[in-house]
Amino acid sequence: MEKFETFTGPVAALDRANVDTDAIIPKQFLKSIRRTGFGPYLFDEWRYLDHGEPGMDCAARPRNPDFILNLPRYRGAQILLARDNFGCGSSREHAVWALSDYGFRVVIAPSFADIFFNNCFKNGVPPITLPGAVVDRLFREVGAREGYRLTVDLRAQVLVTPEGEAIAFEIDPFRRHCLLEGLDEIGLSLRRAEEIRAYESRRRDETPWLFPERCGG
Amino acid sequence: MAGRTLYDKLWDDHVVHADADGTTLLYIDRHLVHEVTSPQAFEGLRLAGRRPWRTDSLLAVPDHNVPTTDRAGGIADAIARVQVEALDTNCAAYGITEFAMCDPRQGIVHVIGPEQGFTLPGMTIVCGDSHTSTHGAVGALALGIGTSDVEHVLATQSLVLKKSRNLLVQVEGTLGHGVTAKDLALAVIGEIGTAGATGHTIEFAGEAVRALSVEGRMTLCNMAIEAGARSGLVAVDERTIEYLRDRPLAPKGALWDRAVRAWPALHSDPDAVFDRVVHLDAGVLRPQVSWGTSPEMVVAVDGRVPDPQAEEDPVRREGMRRALRYMGLEPGTPITEIRPDKVFIGSCTNSRIEDLRAAAALVRGRRLAPGVRRALVVPGSGLVKRQAEAEGLDRVFRDAGFEWREPGCSMCLGMNPDRLEPGERCASTSNRNFEGRQGPGGRTHLVGPAMAAAAAIHGHFVDVREFD
Repeated sequence: MEKFETFTGPVAALDRANVDTDAIIPKQFLKSIRRTGFGPYLFDEWRYLDHGEPGMDCAARPRNPDFILNLPRYRGAQILLARDNFGCGSSREHAVWALSDYGFRVVIAPSFADIFFNNCFKNGVPPITLPGAVVDRLFREVGAREGYRLTVDLRAQVLVTPEGEAIAFEIDPFRRHCLLEGLDEIGLSLRRAEEIRAYESRRRDETPWLFPERCGG
Repeated sequence: MAGRTLYDKLWDDHVVHADADGTTLLYIDRHLVHEVTSPQAFEGLRLAGRRPWRTDSLLAVPDHNVPTTDRAGGIADAIARVQVEALDTNCAAYGITEFAMCDPRQGIVHVIGPEQGFTLPGMTIVCGDSHTSTHGAVGALALGIGTSDVEHVLATQSLVLKKSRNLLVQVEGTLGHGVTAKDLALAVIGEIGTAGATGHTIEFAGEAVRALSVEGRMTLCNMAIEAGARSGLVAVDERTIEYLRDRPLAPKGALWDRAVRAWPALHSDPDAVFDRVVHLDAGVLRPQVSWGTSPEMVVAVDGRVPDPQAEEDPVRREGMRRALRYMGLEPGTPITEIRPDKVFIGSCTNSRIEDLRAAAALVRGRRLAPGVRRALVVPGSGLVKRQAEAEGLDRVFRDAGFEWREPGCSMCLGMNPDRLEPGERCASTSNRNFEGRQGPGGRTHLVGPAMAAAAAIHGHFVDVREFD
């Protein structure tokens, strides 16, 4: 995973609560067996006026002029500002792959759904949680000024506004560490392979029915 | 020491290592795999030169992309075919048990786990699918995970997690005639909201939960994720044990006896402390119908479509307005005046044999209403299908004008050809009414199986309590 330390980029504001992962990347694109190439289909049903299918050339498709990512002011946005319970529903990691492939490096919201939240960290896209009132304020500021940019400083755990004001945020220390160092979590867990084997061996004795080679099948 | 919740016990039993900050390496006993969320995980494993830690912990099945019509000709959609073939290839390469598309045991991953006895009490179970919460119905800690974590569990037999909080949903009283586990699930979500249990594991308890069959408990736990909880749980009791006895992959003989002695400990202690408790009275619950584009947008069948004007919170008000526009509904419309174009009976929420029996009981001897263009019954597994056919349920549905299909996820998410056309309205026994979920522009009303069947016969929603 690529390291994430600090990032400055333009912000797009998506003003609706409970944005589900079906909306972020609709099901027809989940047939792909790759991790890349989902960006053009991000928010497909909201972003285009026609029905999207995998492999379509999106440059030629009719766009929904009202959808935020099609507004000239949000062109090139790399930080997504969202509302409560962002990423709810399906566990599809394709939702994060699509956001990342589109160019989003950070998502900010008052709250996230658990599985999506977790998936973000695995892909180097920090999901940043801020109190509702702070998010409200950011929505107002982004709305008031075209080209609004934020700096996300993960080491210092602050967002920096265009005026230079620092807004602190909380983030899990282990996950922050993994992002800062670009760590491979599987590699880290495998350092504990001996502990996993010891656990397994103990459990085979205590609860042998949980190990299927000893069961009926 | 204070008593422990069921979740505390399951968690404690699986800790391999815990850091001071609570970051925990949790051992995973079972891993269910399907075609949509696994190919990138297997590829990652290969690229890193790793192998699955324990292939006997794995069971794979294609379910999301498979056709529910005759399968003799394979999968017509080339992209879907490649994905299902990738699962076949990966399972063959690593020696993973797979119930392939034409295996009689094939079905929806969350139906076949318990059906086979692959899911057992006291386990940790994961799957790259949010509805993994279903398996908590037998007292197992079951978590939906993303593809990176699928790869992590394949490689390490463990997950890095922090413990969630404990939420008790206590349902006292008795569900009335015609009121089901699905109605209870929808009522809970309506009560606490789709983010109401975020960061929590829900334990469902109380007289009404105890009275549910194990299949009903699966329906309830299945929708825990729709309230934001990654896991739902029901304590083990005699019903759980009877349900699992003699399942193909359940332990046998002396091992079974040993397991059965251990399992009754899988309940919350009387003095266990929950972070939150929500009380519901089962006696006042009525059959539920969702009216909007989030499962929390739900009312009783004798209610009306709500008016956004009455909502004070501006973000919620705008959400309601958008939902009503999308659904093509006016505030104040009685739910019983809503007329579905299609009916879908299936999904990991409601495709087990009891669901099909409940639906068939309302359909027997009747015909689809003229306004209903299509009604699908998609059994949850090949074994459910076979059982239903042995009971003659397929004839009941076919005689009424329903289509009787092969097992799979089907129109719950419309990855295969079973989907809604833009603007079509569906009475669906599935779990999500999100925009476009059942097909672009499709409008979903979530209901229980009997409610869906009754809507198919009457051409509009009816209160099943007045009709059977």
